[in-house]
Amino acid sequence: MKYVDEFRDRQLAEKLAAAIRAEADPKRIYNFMEFCGGHTHAIFRYGVQDLVPDNVNFVHGPGCPVCILPIRRLDDAIELAERPEVILCSYGDMLRVPASKRRSLMKAKADGADVRMVYSTLDALDIARANPDKQVVFLGIGFETTTPPTALAIEQARAEGIENFSVFCNHVLTPAAIRHILDAPEIDPEQAVRLDGFLGPSHVSTVIGSRPYEFLSDKYAKPVVIAGFEPLDVMQSVLMLIRQVNEGRVDVENQYTRVVTRMGNEKAQDLVAKIFEVRDTFEWRGLGSVPDSALSIREEYAQFDAEKRFEISEKVSREVKSCECPSILRGVKKPKDCKLFGKACTPESPMGSCMVSSEGACAAYWTYRRAETLAEMALEAAE
Amino acid sequence: MCLAIPAQVTELHEDTMATVSLGGVVKRVSVALLDDVVVGDYVLLHVGYALHKVSEEEAQRTLAMMAEGGLLQDELDEIAASEGAAMAGGAGA
Ligand code: SF4
Repeated sequence: MKYVDEFRDRQLAEKLAAAIRAEADPKRIYNFMEFCGGHTHAIFRYGVQDLVPDNVNFVHGPGCPVCILPIRRLDDAIELAERPEVILCSYGDMLRVPASKRRSLMKAKADGADVRMVYSTLDALDIARANPDKQVVFLGIGFETTTPPTALAIEQARAEGIENFSVFCNHVLTPAAIRHILDAPEIDPEQAVRLDGFLGPSHVSTVIGSRPYEFLSDKYAKPVVIAGFEPLDVMQSVLMLIRQVNEGRVDVENQYTRVVTRMGNEKAQDLVAKIFEVRDTFEWRGLGSVPDSALSIREEYAQFDAEKRFEISEKVSREVKSCECPSILRGVKKPKDCKLFGKACTPESPMGSCMVSSEGACAAYWTYRRAETLAEMALEAAE
Repeated sequence: MCLAIPAQVTELHEDTMATVSLGGVVKRVSVALLDDVVVGDYVLLHVGYALHKVSEEEAQRTLAMMAEGGLLQDELDEIAASEGAAMAGGAGA
């Protein structure tokens, strides 16, 4: 790869780190939430936390679609997969996530359910075309980046008359979740985490643009910088946030102008609006019920809605009791605060969703900060 | 799973489909979310759909970063591992 060498721009990283050190006021504490799991991963992978002073903290947000899918919806997906006539198609990340009683789609598959890992909704449509005597259900998960592809698949199924295709829709909305996190202290002071600014997601913003974040500066007086997902982008964005805080400014700034515009991909937005509508409320693992935070399939497309096509039983779902994913996803706790971390819970045998996805905070700590975290845990246990 | 990966459009087909090449892999993808895609364009590819056009420079720096971080291979493996991919026009070159 001829570009790798060119990219390894340690010099620029050092320059940015020096600027951050020079400009971060030692008398202040800066808590910045990176909403997106892709940023969480980049911050750990490149040790960005070590390049910034101690008073600049990253609070890891709930922007990992696998991590926030509530366990009941996953139980429902497993129930769908277990129906003899159903082929359930899912993105790979979802297969290992533990549901109630530590079942997962993978285990259901091992027990005989027809669960297929797909890379794309295009694949799910192919499977539906090839299996006209089966019901093909696509488990739709993800933020605004992943929703347009699901919308297009529904459009395509309708255009082609693929009647045995439906979507179990769990698509969620980024701005609503951020709003909820900021409102949380008012609802429950225990959940308060002071945030001084947000790193806005990269690829979500290519679709929705930077405009949907403007309420954060207008109504909540929080600075936002939409950040590319490369480590240098993250560092530059941190510097931009520090400057806003120091100057007392609250703006939505865009570091990732190479790709993100204010309006985003309007064609994709129109398509999503045509097929989906906003649910009044949706349960997020970790956040609880979040108003206006998810999408369901519009009545005109009801025939492609798995929730309407199949009867899904009411059930009581159970989280692993001591799993701290809920507090970790709010940014209130860290993986070290979970007794199970690295003991009962590892990526090979995950107890909670934050350990499954490489975008989850527990998986990131396990992969990149295991020794320190375990040492900290031992120290705290000894106290 | 929110990752989007740059790829170059090498062929356009009917039905808003296109062939792209990424990291030496040839893949059939949808360009229905974009207007005016032409052969040679770089696009950000996410779960089989082109989401956004990017400059060649941006595409190459992103690919380099992803290769360095081991993410490129993960993503290519994921494409290759999916059970529908073979029917979708082939992950293999
Ligand atoms: S370490 Fe495992 S059990 Fe503990 S919070 Fe993280 S995912 Fe949950």
